[in-house]
Amino acid sequence: MKTIKDVAALSECYDLLVIGAGPAGMAAAATGAEQGLSTLLIDENPAPGGQIYRGITTTPVAAKETLGADYWRGTDLVRDLTASEATYAPETTVWSVGPAAEGPSDPGRMEVGVSVGGAARLIQARQVIAATGALERPFPIPGWTLPGVMTAGGAQIALKTSGLVPDGRVVVAGSGPLLYLLTAQLRAAGAKISVMLDTTPHENWGRAIRYASDFLRSPYLGKGLKLLLGAHRGMRIVRGITAIEADGDSRVRSVRFRHGSKEEELPCDVLLLHQGVVPNINLANAVGCALDWDDDQLTWVPQTDEWYETSVKGFTIAGDGAGIGGAESAALRGRLAALGAGHRLGRLSAKDRDQMAAPVRTELMRAGRGRRFLDVLYRPAKAFRVPKADDTIVCRCEEVTAGKLRETVALGVAGPNQMKSFLRCGMGPCQGRLCGLTVTELIADTRGVSPNEVGGYRLRPPIKPITLGELAALPKTPAAIKAVER
Amino acid sequence: MSGVFGGGAPDVIVIGAGIHGCSTALHCAMRGLKVLVIEKDHAGRHSSGVNAGGVRQLARHVAEIPLSVYSMELWHRIAQLVDDDCGFTSDGQVLVAESEAEYDSFRARVTELNSFGFSHEELIDARELRRLVPAVAETCPGGIVSRRDGAALPFKTTQAFRRKAEALGVRFCEGVRVTGIQAEGSAWTVSTNVGAVRAAKIVNAAGAWADRIAADLGEPVPLEVIAPMLMITARVEHFIKPVVILRGRKLSFKQFANGTVLIGGGHLGRALRDQNTTVLDWAKLAENAKTVWDLFPIMRGTTIVRAWAGIEARMPDDLPVFGKSRIHEGIFHQFGFSAHGFQLGPGAGAVMAELIATGNTNTPISGLGIERFAA
Amino acid sequence: MFRRLPDLGGETVNFTIDGRPATARLGDTVAAALLASGMESCRTTPVSGAPRAPYCMMGVCFECLVTINGIGNRQSCLIPVAEGMAIETQKGARSIASEYSAKGDAA
Repeated sequence: MKTIKDVAALSECYDLLVIGAGPAGMAAAATGAEQGLSTLLIDENPAPGGQIYRGITTTPVAAKETLGADYWRGTDLVRDLTASEATYAPETTVWSVGPAAEGPSDPGRMEVGVSVGGAARLIQARQVIAATGALERPFPIPGWTLPGVMTAGGAQIALKTSGLVPDGRVVVAGSGPLLYLLTAQLRAAGAKISVMLDTTPHENWGRAIRYASDFLRSPYLGKGLKLLLGAHRGMRIVRGITAIEADGDSRVRSVRFRHGSKEEELPCDVLLLHQGVVPNINLANAVGCALDWDDDQLTWVPQTDEWYETSVKGFTIAGDGAGIGGAESAALRGRLAALGAGHRLGRLSAKDRDQMAAPVRTELMRAGRGRRFLDVLYRPAKAFRVPKADDTIVCRCEEVTAGKLRETVALGVAGPNQMKSFLRCGMGPCQGRLCGLTVTELIADTRGVSPNEVGGYRLRPPIKPITLGELAALPKTPAAIKAVER
Repeated sequence: MSGVFGGGAPDVIVIGAGIHGCSTALHCAMRGLKVLVIEKDHAGRHSSGVNAGGVRQLARHVAEIPLSVYSMELWHRIAQLVDDDCGFTSDGQVLVAESEAEYDSFRARVTELNSFGFSHEELIDARELRRLVPAVAETCPGGIVSRRDGAALPFKTTQAFRRKAEALGVRFCEGVRVTGIQAEGSAWTVSTNVGAVRAAKIVNAAGAWADRIAADLGEPVPLEVIAPMLMITARVEHFIKPVVILRGRKLSFKQFANGTVLIGGGHLGRALRDQNTTVLDWAKLAENAKTVWDLFPIMRGTTIVRAWAGIEARMPDDLPVFGKSRIHEGIFHQFGFSAHGFQLGPGAGAVMAELIATGNTNTPISGLGIERFAA
Repeated sequence: MFRRLPDLGGETVNFTIDGRPATARLGDTVAAALLASGMESCRTTPVSGAPRAPYCMMGVCFECLVTINGIGNRQSCLIPVAEGMAIETQKGARSIASEYSAKGDAA
């Protein structure tokens, strides 16, 4: 593996560009390079691993049991990547992906805007695999913008990369297997978590039970039981939570919650929120990939074929970005995506591709077993997706509240894109990454129609902000120079 | 026949619910006409909803100045017209000279306009330029200001015209595509994907798609589909009030009340009108950024958060096609505004309604008719 | 809000927050370094002036924006802290004059 830290060191064109160095991206890049494709792996973090294996090559948390065996499994992926011929560009952002200007070139060829250390450049790729992973589902409750309130995943990242643990009176709240895992990791590292507020709706158990048999035969069962038993030791767990509110001034001071008919308030220095993860589809959306609403996972999922190619030719999505499946599944899907790209580039015959893919697909089936049960069981409650309280902030960047959104729907504003024009929601620096799902679901709920009918934000590039100076200094590409000469 | 479109038989059918279609519909309704608007997407979906929002008389071609001046009067009482301020602010627009030679040509232009009786453009020296635009590069020798110009919010404006038109009884059919127009006696039948509807008067305000309708009517025009690009920065502290434009290089530059800065000027991306999408050309946006870098050094570290393009129509002479059909009674054209039609919207709608209702207008529009493209 | 696990070892990095000296562990992102230093918030919002602190730590939320070595709106959760780095918290909409001091070169 060759590591690049200067935008000028990038080639004009790569056979395969992989965006994101999590499990799917690392596997895709290694598999692509193995086929002899010139492969570039771009990632915005300083080291490989993505979020699930964040800091795996650099973490100061030495005790293996703190982060657990599943975490250290990522080492194999890093090893394969390091041994490969792929080029790796850390601390590099991709701010635009679009079709390359017309020419004699192959039809799927893309023009990609990248930026390293304050210098931008346009390069080309014949195939792109977006391994942009997942992000934590928005958790809009009153007070969630206060300092001291953050995602449980965010606290886990601080632990993995820097050996930091939340201090003082720590409360975790939400739902899902990851909530229990993150809590266990933080506690193993020494964080004193006084209470866990479990928002899983009671009625989900009834719905999930018919998917239980697969779950009972899956490795999730053993892991889940261990986490559940561990959680009960030395930590209060309050189940059936129906409302949560963070209070404070310059930072969070207390958390109020309701369970059954009871309301309680506890002092709190750090409130960690988590209610599952959803595909990070910003790049796919900006590229113009067709998306569907998935009513089980309550999120947008890109339409893909069996090699994860989207509706945009040459643009593939591997891993959780194409639908949540977890780390193991992500790596397998990364391999399949790279095999598909290799075939489209003429590197692999259909037969070879299928032969190489067969064992991966078997593994993938196994890795997915039991997930449906978890998806249904931990489908987050509506109260925490569509905030009831009108003063709850939905768009954190532009500080647009649920009440304001409902009022504007009443004016006849039917979808998220018109809503942007009226309220500026989704137009701040995060470009709707954090409010997109909430805005769609809230409009759908207010209008009494399905999220599919309401649609989602149409995202505009740059997918990551760049400075005017960076853009002004963009070197002229040979293609652009040719266009001028013509 | 007009069943699927609801209501009774319309007097006028407007094709296209951009700012022009909505304005014409409103003004026709104000004259007591029954209007149906047919729009293939939704009102303001394309350039009317996503343009730079410049409300400018400044630097226009002489042929469209009367229409622009008329429109400006409406802009200054826009809230009375549509019950919505449309986000209109009037802090002037400034055309900045980047060199002495350019400044000389500006002087000549203002003198010429004065000789035609237009006084909205005013030559300013370096000192007045600096007073109006303190952040401008020190090398700029002066410019032209049009003090009553300003800017508005395009989507809000188009929606306001649409809402007011609806309140006055105009029917809007969105998501309906026109497939053909045939003469039927003294009236016209407009066929769509959901059925046909008849009216005596038809307005072709279909923007980037208007050439297809014109061709169908036997009046082909050399319309080019373009995608002017815009970008916007993160919020920065307020530092500029008027809109700034350039002559030699492409730039329009405006800071909104919320602090974001809009950068445009007519660099073109690729328009794919059959897919309803555009593709940005980053090399040209880089050129655009470089112009700002030169003209406003203090902008160099600001963050670009969004870039986009709208689909619209440009004519070879950069002037709109506006007026009666050359060959057909009852057909009117209103398209091809060539990336500067937003300001003209209110006035052009009023003049078009006058033409439709009375057959004539006092506002000079010669030089804008479709006959200039007749072979 | 956060404390560092004991006995991690690693090299120390010196930087400043709004001119005040602070230290971090080599390998920290700027956001992690701010959390470790006891900072409550890293900016106030341009809309209401409310304080904000890092929220997602993975480049999604843009809450952790700070000015680094004169360049504003940097995502501090993605940038490793470096020796001598000058980090400034942001107050509302950034003054454009401070950006002028950050000179870049456009070719």
